[in-house]
Amino acid sequence: MTPPNNLGPPAVGKRTPLYQQHLNAGAKIVDFAGWDMPINYGSQIEEHNQVRHAAGVFDVSHMTVVDMSGTEAQRYLRHLLANDVARLKEPGQALYSAMLRTDGGVIDDLIVYRMSFGYRIVVNCATRDKDLAWMNSQTDGFEVAVTERPDLAILAVHGPSSIETAAALLDQTKGEAVAGLKNFRGAELGGWFVARTGYTGEKGVEFIVPAEDAAELWEQLLAAEVKPVGLGARDTLRLEAGMNLYGQDMDESTSPVVSNMAQTIAFEPADRDFIGRAAVTDDLAAQAQGNLPELVGLVLQGRGVLRAGQTVSTDRGEGQITSGSYSPTLKHSIALARIPMGSTTCQVDMRGSATEVRIVQPNFVRFGKKVFE
Amino acid sequence: MSKIIEDLRYAESHEWVSVDDNGVATVGISDHAQEALGDIVFVELPELGATVNAKEEVAVVESVKAASDVYSPLSGEVTEINEALLDAPETVNASPYDNGWFFKIAISDEAELDELMDADAYADHCDDD
Repeated sequence: MTPPNNLGPPAVGKRTPLYQQHLNAGAKIVDFAGWDMPINYGSQIEEHNQVRHAAGVFDVSHMTVVDMSGTEAQRYLRHLLANDVARLKEPGQALYSAMLRTDGGVIDDLIVYRMSFGYRIVVNCATRDKDLAWMNSQTDGFEVAVTERPDLAILAVHGPSSIETAAALLDQTKGEAVAGLKNFRGAELGGWFVARTGYTGEKGVEFIVPAEDAAELWEQLLAAEVKPVGLGARDTLRLEAGMNLYGQDMDESTSPVVSNMAQTIAFEPADRDFIGRAAVTDDLAAQAQGNLPELVGLVLQGRGVLRAGQTVSTDRGEGQITSGSYSPTLKHSIALARIPMGSTTCQVDMRGSATEVRIVQPNFVRFGKKVFE
Repeated sequence: MSKIIEDLRYAESHEWVSVDDNGVATVGISDHAQEALGDIVFVELPELGATVNAKEEVAVVESVKAASDVYSPLSGEVTEINEALLDAPETVNASPYDNGWFFKIAISDEAELDELMDADAYADHCDDD
């Protein structure tokens, strides 16, 4: 057989404040966009199941945090982002958004939080340089300061018991604040920011903390039976939750309309002039006419694993799998695929034999349970 | 560091072979191979009674990460397959040299054994990988 060649000595890349903790936990370290990151700590599937059934902690400090302040931070972000930050009425509220080019291509997807000082945005790690360049290129005419925060670490704690376990570790003020968080809400707690957001389809919180606080929080979580979870399980968890991965399910060459992101674009109010508005408006009309594809879920009930890059054939034409893997929760393969609008049947070539796969809503598992019909 | 068993023979393509006194070879994949694949989720096995040639693709092992062909290290007839792997493919991760064996062959050309590596040579081969 030909094993994937990934066991060579890891290149020395950028490291998060938790690098030593990963080694201590037996991590297999791989290069991830220039960072030395844990892909797993033994078994990706066990880590995946840990998050679905109990609680796991991910180090996602490689992601880029950018703070926006100044009297016109809101006006700036209402122009920069496809979703509308005016929907964030009070500090702590969160919003998922695309950041678009003028032609509608997706520069990145991100989470924006309303903060006491303005806004905090978390973008992907592999897109850091171009995101910061784009954000800075759009500040003319706005009184806004764009400040990267490499001094912060991010620990995502997810799973059915994650919130109560994490809250019990904290002092009373912090613990009560974390336990009381509603979904897509966060709280500023001294130098910490804790929010009920994430990328797994489970309950959970993300701790954005000063780098020097990260190791102690990590150790406390592990002592409370929260298990470390690597980037491998993060990918199968997000795929089961039907969440897009930037660079794989969408990028600058694809419109958010063909990436199942139309519902994250705020077309109202009609006079908000966000970057890419004209293009995505046209794309939405073209898709309604059947002239643009859509991103759907695929389910393979039999043996074998759907993989990104595979071509699929539908009753309306050809499409492509953008993300595919084995679902540890469902125990069969699932995928996201971009296929002609209105397709009802789909086949994929599995090692030389045409195999029928089902088209479903791109959302497979929420809170540990199968959600598609 | 992955485990390499002293008394086995190894193919460059990371299968191991153990030959008994009756000329029957048991074949599996090495610890190095299962570790590189990660969690194994499906295994396909050759058909019982099939005649196979050395270096021929005869089985498939699929992990969360990738699918790989398994090559027969030797020529001969498949006399037994490890059907337990069909329902419990993770056995290959947990026990690559023991319960995770793939198939057995009645070998037709003992000279082919000389083309396989011993444990030391295989250890060097893994280091170069």
